[in-house]
Amino acid sequence: MTTFIRRFPRMAIGSAIMLAIVAMALTAPILFPFSPWDMRGTPFEPPGSPEFLLGSDALGRDIAAGIAHGAWVSLMIGGVSTMVSLGIGVSLGALAGYVGGRIDDAVMRFAEFFQTIPSFLLAILLVAIFRPSIFSIIAAIALVSWPPVARVVRAEFLSLRKREFVQAAEVLGVSHTRVVWQTLLPNALPPVIVLGSLMVANAVLTESALSFLGLGDANWMSWGFLVGSGRSVIRMGWWISVLPGVAIFITVLGLNLLGEGLQTWLNPRLSKRDMP
Amino acid sequence: MMQSRLQAMPRLIGWRVIKMAAMVLAIVVVNFLLIHAAPGDPASAIAGQSGQADAEFMRQLREQFGLDKPLPVQLWIYIQKVLTLDLGVSHRLQRPVLTVIFERLPATLLLTGTAFLIALTSGIALGVRAARRPGGVADTIIMGASLFFYATPLFLVGIVLVLVFGVWLNWLPTFGMETVDVPLHGLARVADVARHAVLPVITLAVFYSAVYVRLTRASMVEVSSHPFIKTARAKGATESRITWIHVLRNALLPVITLAGIQAGHLIGGSVLVETVFAWPGIGSLAFEALLARDYDLLLGIFLCTSVVVLIFNLLTDLLYLAFDPRVEAL
Repeated sequence: MTTFIRRFPRMAIGSAIMLAIVAMALTAPILFPFSPWDMRGTPFEPPGSPEFLLGSDALGRDIAAGIAHGAWVSLMIGGVSTMVSLGIGVSLGALAGYVGGRIDDAVMRFAEFFQTIPSFLLAILLVAIFRPSIFSIIAAIALVSWPPVARVVRAEFLSLRKREFVQAAEVLGVSHTRVVWQTLLPNALPPVIVLGSLMVANAVLTESALSFLGLGDANWMSWGFLVGSGRSVIRMGWWISVLPGVAIFITVLGLNLLGEGLQTWLNPRLSKRDMP
Repeated sequence: MMQSRLQAMPRLIGWRVIKMAAMVLAIVVVNFLLIHAAPGDPASAIAGQSGQADAEFMRQLREQFGLDKPLPVQLWIYIQKVLTLDLGVSHRLQRPVLTVIFERLPATLLLTGTAFLIALTSGIALGVRAARRPGGVADTIIMGASLFFYATPLFLVGIVLVLVFGVWLNWLPTFGMETVDVPLHGLARVADVARHAVLPVITLAVFYSAVYVRLTRASMVEVSSHPFIKTARAKGATESRITWIHVLRNALLPVITLAGIQAGHLIGGSVLVETVFAWPGIGSLAFEALLARDYDLLLGIFLCTSVVVLIFNLLTDLLYLAFDPRVEAL
């Protein structure tokens, strides 16, 4: 355990942060067994007051309860939208890298299109037009974040296909499906895992930005909403905006550390020199 | 070599312009699909806005906007409209979408352009410094700071800056682009706008600076390991010459590529920054359109910013051409 921490300090810190955030999301209903929208006391109580650990907002709502309950939405949307975009990206990337030719061209043009347009504006448009809900937010984030996955999977497939063990499988007459599923995909996975953890971080950021702009699901408390709602009363209570913002920062930091740690772990040949 | 590169330029630009036109067309189609995918058809949206909704009126509206025709015909009508620069009317402002966007565009270009230049120069300079001794003190500090800003949401940076420099220290304005109550002219006005721009520009720049620092560092470290650097060192080139001439010129290419690709992200980021600082650009216009559910305006903003991004990509491609000794013809 201690050697692990010493060898992969980033991954250790990142995992510890993420474990804490997940624990907070899971225990929120026990620690704060009431709705985070409830008005529970005096408005504008600063953090550390006897009533509220992290202060209260303009309507006397508990900031600590909001942060704890909001963790769930951030993690859930970050995780699910990443799974969806990994699904899109891996299938399109595998298709492009394995079939090649015109299909490859078409997929890459499609990916280029999504990478060039202002993706956050497209996400805003999608959520606004299809009404803000957990589903529209997940769909919008997934739709704008799959291209890097497709590119990575395609590149891996292209280089793997030239390797002897893959060519051997093809010469032996193994079916295309089996070559893709049993030979290519498992070997293409490590960089996808690293990318995935960084994508969760980006998805958490995008979700918080959307709900900051008022495009969150109105049924769920979220960190971005808290920051956005405290913005207009920043002169009276800085903590209302800043503390939920810090929660977003810590989560995104944890996910980035985890991702970078995974990269060193899955890629032992990268020397310490190469990793910041 | 110079000659052939110059000769290839028109062909290269022509090819890129065709590609750009295809992208614009694709965006127009996406916009069209979005309008039709929205719950309720556009006629009911318009009827809802004007407050009348009897069946006869709806039928008239559908006829007037061609909504009773088959979808491909409607798409063709829509493309023709966009080609004649008719992006519809903002129902909130009761003015043509394109006019409103052109009014707000300069403020956004000023904000994002300045932030981009600051982010790129500071990011490259710090990345070069960090890569000089990987693992050293400067590297640790620079990379730590870049991770810190990479993980901070843009709007949080903005809010903290408003709080510290606007509310607590009261050093800088945090609202709008210029002082409205006293009309200023000439240099005084420039200085006023500059003072208003400090905090929004910093907010937008720190995040992208963090991105470019990481990229420059990784690229520098990678290029340093190539044999031609060893050759340069063996020939007796000084360390600073190796860093700035041999390594950096080659390491810059991926940075420029990414900077070009990220132009779109920069516009997305400006939505958040402009909202925080009430900067009167496209971003805050998008936010206002969002609040008023002004879809024509939102779609117009999406189309126009995409075109701006495409033009910007074309420019970075040309810059790439100037930097990369290997890119010659097509």
